[in-house]
Amino acid sequence: MLRDVNLDISKTHLVSKKKQTIVAILGVTFGIAMFILMISFMDGVNQYIEDTMLEATPDIHIFNDVKTDYAHSIANDYFRDSNKLVTVLHPKPKEITLNIKNAEGIIADIRRNRDVVAVSPLLSTQVFYNYGPVQINGYINGVNITEETRLSNLEKKMTEGKAEDLLASDNGIIMGKGLAKKLNVKTGDLVSLTTPSGSTMRFRITGLFQIGMGAIDNVKSYVNLSSVQQLLNKDRSYITDINVKLKNNKTAKSKAASMAKKYGYRSDDWQTINAAAMAGTFIRNMLTYVVSFTLLVVAGFGIYNIMNMSITNKMKDIAILKAQGFARRDIVQIFLSQSLFIGFIGAMAGILLGFILSYMLSRVPFPDNDEISWKYFPVLFRPVYYIFAMVFGMLTTFFAGLAPSVKASRIDPVIILRG
Amino acid sequence: MNEILTAEHLNKYFHEPEDFQVLKDVSLSVKKGEFVSLIGKSGSGKSTLLYLLSTLDTDYEGTITINGTTVTGQTQNDLAKFRNENLGFVFQFHYLLPEFTVLQNVMMPARKLGKYGLREIEAKAIEKLKLMEMDAFAAKPSGKLSGGQQQRVAIARALINDPIIIMADEPTGNLDSLNAKIVFDIFDDLARNKGNTIITVTHDTDFARQADRIIELKDGRLLQ
Repeated sequence: MLRDVNLDISKTHLVSKKKQTIVAILGVTFGIAMFILMISFMDGVNQYIEDTMLEATPDIHIFNDVKTDYAHSIANDYFRDSNKLVTVLHPKPKEITLNIKNAEGIIADIRRNRDVVAVSPLLSTQVFYNYGPVQINGYINGVNITEETRLSNLEKKMTEGKAEDLLASDNGIIMGKGLAKKLNVKTGDLVSLTTPSGSTMRFRITGLFQIGMGAIDNVKSYVNLSSVQQLLNKDRSYITDINVKLKNNKTAKSKAASMAKKYGYRSDDWQTINAAAMAGTFIRNMLTYVVSFTLLVVAGFGIYNIMNMSITNKMKDIAILKAQGFARRDIVQIFLSQSLFIGFIGAMAGILLGFILSYMLSRVPFPDNDEISWKYFPVLFRPVYYIFAMVFGMLTTFFAGLAPSVKASRIDPVIILRG
Repeated sequence: MNEILTAEHLNKYFHEPEDFQVLKDVSLSVKKGEFVSLIGKSGSGKSTLLYLLSTLDTDYEGTITINGTTVTGQTQNDLAKFRNENLGFVFQFHYLLPEFTVLQNVMMPARKLGKYGLREIEAKAIEKLKLMEMDAFAAKPSGKLSGGQQQRVAIARALINDPIIIMADEPTGNLDSLNAKIVFDIFDDLARNKGNTIITVTHDTDFARQADRIIELKDGRLLQ
């Protein structure tokens, strides 16, 4: 009964000022809806980037880093005499081989590790793609396609042909879709590849893949490891990189460090490789939260304002209620419940509107683009956003309503009633 | 000993705009069923005294006992509950809640008390309105009534919890003479025939004269 009468007064106040109530509710609704739309879209973008860029990079990448150390010269060895000072001006770097020595042993050793899902040796080189008079700069990755498929989800990215087709063909090549388009080639066509050192080989296209990032799809191809070794005139054990996929990629950083120490080659984890992309994700998240928070705070100020105005208008009512025996907490209840009602209805409507807007955005076709292969705007639908929005909306309105309600409860009836 | 209200050695100070003693060692008692008028010039402290007795103002020295309960020093929440149960208020202005109907306004203190069900409260409210000859207006919004009618509704509201004391602050102060007469008669009837205890502040000498006892204040002291 006690709660009943307070809520009854609260309800009557809200109903008697419909316009004001609706405006306050709309403030919360738009705040929440925009929050949901923004976070769904931004997380959609982040998720996409993680799925493409981060999945396209291995958890750990082991390679032989180019060392630019010119301190030692063979001249020292030649004039082996401690009485002579040998100075070589402007030395040229000696010919260095970037391969990983004892790659077989390292791969076998890594494979013994229980946290490792896949290990893929890699030999990469820059090439010119020639098809008729067209010549395009790019690179090829010589891989063991079975291992590579396990490592990078390549099978899912294939738009034509199958990844294993590479094994069956002698000089097969799986080409990026954007690159194939530029060269105007189709599956089954022959392209010739020229290395910087001048050797040339012809490959037959067995399939096309699309990662979704122009930066990869327009320049990259996969061939068999042996083909690249042949192209570069290297022996069968010559590889430059080892890629590793872990069961849990959160452990990549520490694993990479231990591998670097153990094998003596540089080992980068995926976070280091994608530092720029990670920073982008972080900035987008930050932006989303700042803008959403601002929207909700503005809505909160709207409620604060309306509640304050309402309480100023109802000083007499509050005074007489207190004289009649309504305690301070009753007054707080009467006014805070109005604020919470506005918050609740506003948040519910905001969740609905947010969902509708998100859904509509997810059906909007993304402008055709070479760089990013989006059919529609990427939007995620996760219950946690909606729960978070609800909680956030209720909290905002609670705090917006609290101060005016407490102020109302502190009104001294004597001052008002004496006139 | 059928004293229902006792006040002993009340002192009250105002600190704004400067220190000033409004009530000086005021002691009084009111018997059950008594109709008491507090009169005095403007600034004599009569309204201040009423607000002390009504427990709304708690910033004073001395003790007040109502119906055997010492109200001095109780918490605001306890006092709110006490007022709800034991006191009825009528002010110079009606202070009805404008968004509610006449009936809802009268029912409000009883709903707060929560002693009876909604139906019983409604029946009681109608009965009190009948007493004021206002039952025909029960369903009207309180803002649609004339000043005199509103004051009668306010009196009905004051009676809803069968208070042991009715406190009134210039109940006729804002009314024309006809309506003032009606309110006089109501108070008279409540005191004489219904056995209510009434303490009222007034500057209307005709109204004051109807009381069993007139207490006059001058410069914060009782004149008796």
